[in-house]
Amino acid sequence: MTRHTLSVLVEDKPGVLTRVASLFARRAFNINSLAVGPTEVPGMSRMTVVVDADGDLIEQVTKQLNKLVNVIKIVELTSESSVQRDHILVKVRADAATRLQVTQAADLFRASVVDVSTDSVVIEATGHPEKLSALLSVLEPFGIREIVQSGTLAVGRGSRSMSDRALRSA
Amino acid sequence: MSKGSPISPSLMATKSAGAPKAPERADRTADHAAVVTDLAAVSPVLGPNNVVPPTVMTGSQAIVRSLEELGVDDIFGLPGGAILPTYDPLMASSMNHVLVRHEQGAGHAAQGYAMVTGRVGVCIATSGPGATNLVTAIMDAHMDSVPLVTITGQVSSGVIGTDAFQEADIVGITMPITKHSFLVTDPNDIPHVMAEAFHLASTGRPGPVLVDVAKDAQQGQMTFSWPPKIDLPGYRPVTRGHNKQVREAAKLIAAASKPVLYVGGGVVKAHASAELRELAELTGAPVVTTLMARGVFPDSHPQHVGMPGMHGTVSAVTALQQSDLLITLGARFDDRVTGVLKTFAPHAKVIHADIDPAEISKNRAADVPIVGSVKEIIPELTEAIRSQFDASGTPDLTTWWAFLNNLKDTYPLGWTEPEDGLTAPQRVIERIGALTGPEGIYVAGVGQHQMWAAQFIKYERPHAWLNSGGAGTMGYAVPAAMGAKVGEPDRVVWAIDGDGCFQMTNQELATCAINKIPIKVAVINNSSLGMVRQWQTLFYEGRYSNTDLNTGHETVRIPDFVKLADAYGCASFRCERDEDIDATIQKALEINDRPVVIDFVVSPDSMVWPMVPAGVSNDQIQVARNMTPEWEEED
Repeated sequence: MTRHTLSVLVEDKPGVLTRVASLFARRAFNINSLAVGPTEVPGMSRMTVVVDADGDLIEQVTKQLNKLVNVIKIVELTSESSVQRDHILVKVRADAATRLQVTQAADLFRASVVDVSTDSVVIEATGHPEKLSALLSVLEPFGIREIVQSGTLAVGRGSRSMSDRALRSA
Repeated sequence: MSKGSPISPSLMATKSAGAPKAPERADRTADHAAVVTDLAAVSPVLGPNNVVPPTVMTGSQAIVRSLEELGVDDIFGLPGGAILPTYDPLMASSMNHVLVRHEQGAGHAAQGYAMVTGRVGVCIATSGPGATNLVTAIMDAHMDSVPLVTITGQVSSGVIGTDAFQEADIVGITMPITKHSFLVTDPNDIPHVMAEAFHLASTGRPGPVLVDVAKDAQQGQMTFSWPPKIDLPGYRPVTRGHNKQVREAAKLIAAASKPVLYVGGGVVKAHASAELRELAELTGAPVVTTLMARGVFPDSHPQHVGMPGMHGTVSAVTALQQSDLLITLGARFDDRVTGVLKTFAPHAKVIHADIDPAEISKNRAADVPIVGSVKEIIPELTEAIRSQFDASGTPDLTTWWAFLNNLKDTYPLGWTEPEDGLTAPQRVIERIGALTGPEGIYVAGVGQHQMWAAQFIKYERPHAWLNSGGAGTMGYAVPAAMGAKVGEPDRVVWAIDGDGCFQMTNQELATCAINKIPIKVAVINNSSLGMVRQWQTLFYEGRYSNTDLNTGHETVRIPDFVKLADAYGCASFRCERDEDIDATIQKALEINDRPVVIDFVVSPDSMVWPMVPAGVSNDQIQVARNMTPEWEEED
């Protein structure tokens, strides 16, 4: 199975997230992560969907997504041609004895401490999924209390915008 | 465009033929880039596009007015609380509303109507159970690509999500089985949503669209004007095939020695039977018509080699298996056609033309994919082949035809007389077809009788054969026949039904009798769930678990179909002997003032042959139990 990152421009209509998610479920496609939010164009949302699928299947995923009336455009973003980031909030056990070690580890990953209590800290980090999993393995010995992670966000490198052409021809 | 004329894929294609080409959109069609038809050249709003200046009315009046402006003549439905406001202005409308006895009947009737007319079928139901009763018909229309618009009432927007009385999330429930759906909570959205729903249902690959309207949106005031603006930026069906691909296909056809035209329901939907015939006669290739395409190429044509698939003819199944080139038109490599996919047509290259890009290479990888309407693609292909033949000569198919004609002669369709002395069901169906003729419309339920109706009635024209192909919905026949008769009142419409199917939806006989919709129902009564019984005979050592229905010969006959039909105000007959078959059918053909039901008592032991058992290659086709034809292994 190969991992594919699809950027999906959709109309911001009620139910559009359900339509996309349920399509994946009923066609037995595997979603690895899904992130959705507003875009620079009013009325349009953009979803980043990470899918595990082989060559023929990813084509079928794209075609089925394209059949959804609220889907405007789909592009596949490769790791070379795009910037891909995950966002993570992790609560780590840290008392007076270990706090310094924990924050130093966070510094090494350019992560920041966003909350401190007597026996824990919350660390925020952004990066490629591999970097975040490396961070987690460094923090693991201190005792991880909670992990909250976003889906992958991805944007193509260079000056072109995904919505340019889609909306011109619409 | 005249009132009520639809934009079917074919019409849409013709009308836009002169339109300027829109820019290629490689991003949407990836490996087979194609030209997108410029929809702006034609009004995407169905109907005559009368200009209606802004007028204040209620949402429910706007629903009715929109339907009228869209050219709708007939609607099937059943009212209830949440749709009540809309039924009030409907009473004053010139549109014909047929009050059904069960919402599923409304759905199938709208399907039958759409299948024979090519227009959008319309059905209406209330919220909750009214809407969920439509689910089977919606799913059926989705599987068989039937243009259907379903209007459902919904509880008032203020109480949506509170588990209000008769509240069901019908948009959510039907999301996987509709082409698209809308929830309307603002009455001002009604005109454009209705126009969009009809546009979506009837263009591209047709399908069901659901419009769920909250009760307060029906009751609220709005300003109606027509035509509305359709805003569907994500919906741009491709109709014109890509030239390069068409030329590529022509090259393969010119080089093939065992080509087969594998023709599906898409050619019926696109109204492209004349174009198909021209293509077939130019290439000289054998034609197989799938269950959904029966009649789109005349059965009597010498190039027709039959229906492929699980119960297809030996000649059709073998033609596909041995072919070196499948010219696939509006078909989708359904598992009932292919058998075990990896063993299907192992030596064949594949040309696949379909309006839905997602069907191409879904099950079988295409060597030459062509996205577009077959109404446009087939003539382009014919032209390309003509020039190819001029340049490189017409391929010699003599050997191929000798092989296929031998199969046709050796393994014609037929049946053996049942050993129990009862009538053979195949004979009844064959006689109905023979005495009614090709101008009739034949609507089947699902099961053995469906397969026999596909095999033993001779179809010479498209839109004459209706059945539930993809979904396999038992109970389809009676309501779909009713809808077909409303759409084509001058044709004889037969529901060929089974005793199991008939008991699922026969309450619509009341609708038919009261509304003077004189359909004819032939109940092929083998007193059992026949197809299931056949599988039990073949694969479960004759252990007949729960398939005996007690309606037939020497049973308690519950219900007695003759009495039942009589109670519904229908003419009714029972036919139990071979010698009475023709006379009974003739009697039925002479009655046109009310529905007719004939209880044809037949043998429960008759089986559908040929058959490819589930889970094996099509090469294992059996012409009778444990009898596989022998053919010389080709290369």
